[in-house]
Amino acid sequence: MLLEKIHLINFKNYELLEMTFGNGLNCILGNNGSGKTNLLDAIYCLAFTKSYFGLTDTQNIRHSESFLVVNGSFKKEYHLDNDDLDTNLVEFQTDFQTENIAFGVREGKKTIKSSVNNYQKPSQHIGLYPVVMLTPYDTDLVREGSEERRKFLDGIISQISNEYLQNLLKYNHLLKERNITLKRFAEKNTFDAILLESFDERLLEKGKLIFEERKRFLSIFLPIFQEFYQILSENNEIVSLDYQTQYIQNNQEDFTVFFKKNLQKDRLLMRTSTGIHKDDLEFLLEKRSLRKFGSQGQQKTYVIALKLAAFATIKQEKNICPLLLLDDIFDKLDAKRMQKLLQIVSCAPFGQVFLTDANPERTKALLKEIKQETKQENEISTFILEKII
Amino acid sequence: MNFPSKLIENAVNEVSKLPGIGKKSALRVILYLLKQEEKSTENLSVALQTLRKEIKYCKKCYNISDDEICSICASKTRDNTILCIVESFKDIFAIENTAQFRGVYHVLGGLISPMDGIAPEDLHLDSITERIKELSVKEIILAVSPTMEGDTTAFYITKKLKELNLKITTLARGVPVGGELEYTDEITLGRSILSRINYD
Repeated sequence: MLLEKIHLINFKNYELLEMTFGNGLNCILGNNGSGKTNLLDAIYCLAFTKSYFGLTDTQNIRHSESFLVVNGSFKKEYHLDNDDLDTNLVEFQTDFQTENIAFGVREGKKTIKSSVNNYQKPSQHIGLYPVVMLTPYDTDLVREGSEERRKFLDGIISQISNEYLQNLLKYNHLLKERNITLKRFAEKNTFDAILLESFDERLLEKGKLIFEERKRFLSIFLPIFQEFYQILSENNEIVSLDYQTQYIQNNQEDFTVFFKKNLQKDRLLMRTSTGIHKDDLEFLLEKRSLRKFGSQGQQKTYVIALKLAAFATIKQEKNICPLLLLDDIFDKLDAKRMQKLLQIVSCAPFGQVFLTDANPERTKALLKEIKQETKQENEISTFILEKII
Repeated sequence: MNFPSKLIENAVNEVSKLPGIGKKSALRVILYLLKQEEKSTENLSVALQTLRKEIKYCKKCYNISDDEICSICASKTRDNTILCIVESFKDIFAIENTAQFRGVYHVLGGLISPMDGIAPEDLHLDSITERIKELSVKEIILAVSPTMEGDTTAFYITKKLKELNLKITTLARGVPVGGELEYTDEITLGRSILSRINYD
């Protein structure tokens, strides 16, 4: 999948921008405040219908304007099985189709429109144009609470399976309703076991589906991640991921009992204390906690490997090459690792990559070296953003 | 929109408050009414005022009604042993139009939705048990929308009525009549396959 063109109106610091991208590595260079990250965030919005940085829809609108529009023109490949056609002529045929996506916010309401699909809900769009984004803030994955890591996990699996996303949305809805109900019981000093049960049964059912999908995903993801970490770090440190859950040995019976046992606790806390919304993913380096024992460099490498593995897993599972958005990733990396990283993302399996750097000379020098040293496969395009504020 | 007359402007503003009617349609309605004989406008306003004053909610099933008891509850030809539970009286109109149901109804007046602040006690739930006993109901049909709130409400009612040992059914979900299979959404089609029926 390729993003050929983007067109922004009133998106963050952009009043108007039209850009045509290259098929391979796109280096977006410019000074601080020139809008490099915002450009990547606009691309992210086309995929996720929301900002990567947790801003509300209206906060993405340019100051003192009333609306925003992000238009993207994608080129998607369709592999045709040639059962219908004359199989003797060609093995398989690739068909390209241009698909336009428009993301807009007006009067506090967001819309997502596609030239090929008719969405009933914005969530149906997620995963059709997969994107993996990496920013300097991503080391929060290591340092912050479990919510960040669940978001990371859910963000990838949702792009692979829309069914997972729908289950997750339903789970969160039921959870919210159950928690409001618990709060109301406490405020009014009443209790209605049947009402809680009306949520519990479906909460447990959806929770089990989500748990199983996360497990299945991790079994595919882990070896890919380990390979990327190995390539990036160039040593034999063993990394692994430990999914921590209250589910006991896949046994749903046990979990239901456990869930019910916590009812008294839930009533006191006025929220649901057990379930997949409490699960965590622990990052391990040589079987020890990365958060406690990993150096800053190791943490950074770890996060980059996680994101590259997310890319590779989506590509493998969906058979669509996601866009890779790399925001200011050279931050805190030594020259050798910078070069290594650039080398990796500039050839297969990576396709279209968007990379920003506030230090144009550095990137240009690195690109020159790569061109000389390796057999460069993908096309490289550079763009210099002028300061527009 | 600018109007030459304040009187027309007022009338248009009032009519355009109605659902599905914008300023232009409202103006059309108003100009039409002005063209008719005075009597017809009077009839309309009288009809609306009487409707507002005289309309009642059935004391038994909470359906909209002209009298204390609605025509369905009062009817002697309806089958009192089947009770169909619906969210609002609008659903009664829909089911009545099918002419496939001869039982009686019970209107909940909403669905359980904690996020919108609707708890079970805000619905007409308490009187269901009394009605079941009074009418010696044998079957309950849960005819609520297949949404999250609908499911919660259906689940809640089922649990509440468990000890009465009734037959509790819900509407079948499946492919719409005259619809194309390839355009049916996956969840509906999936359910239709799971609960397929014998082809006689």
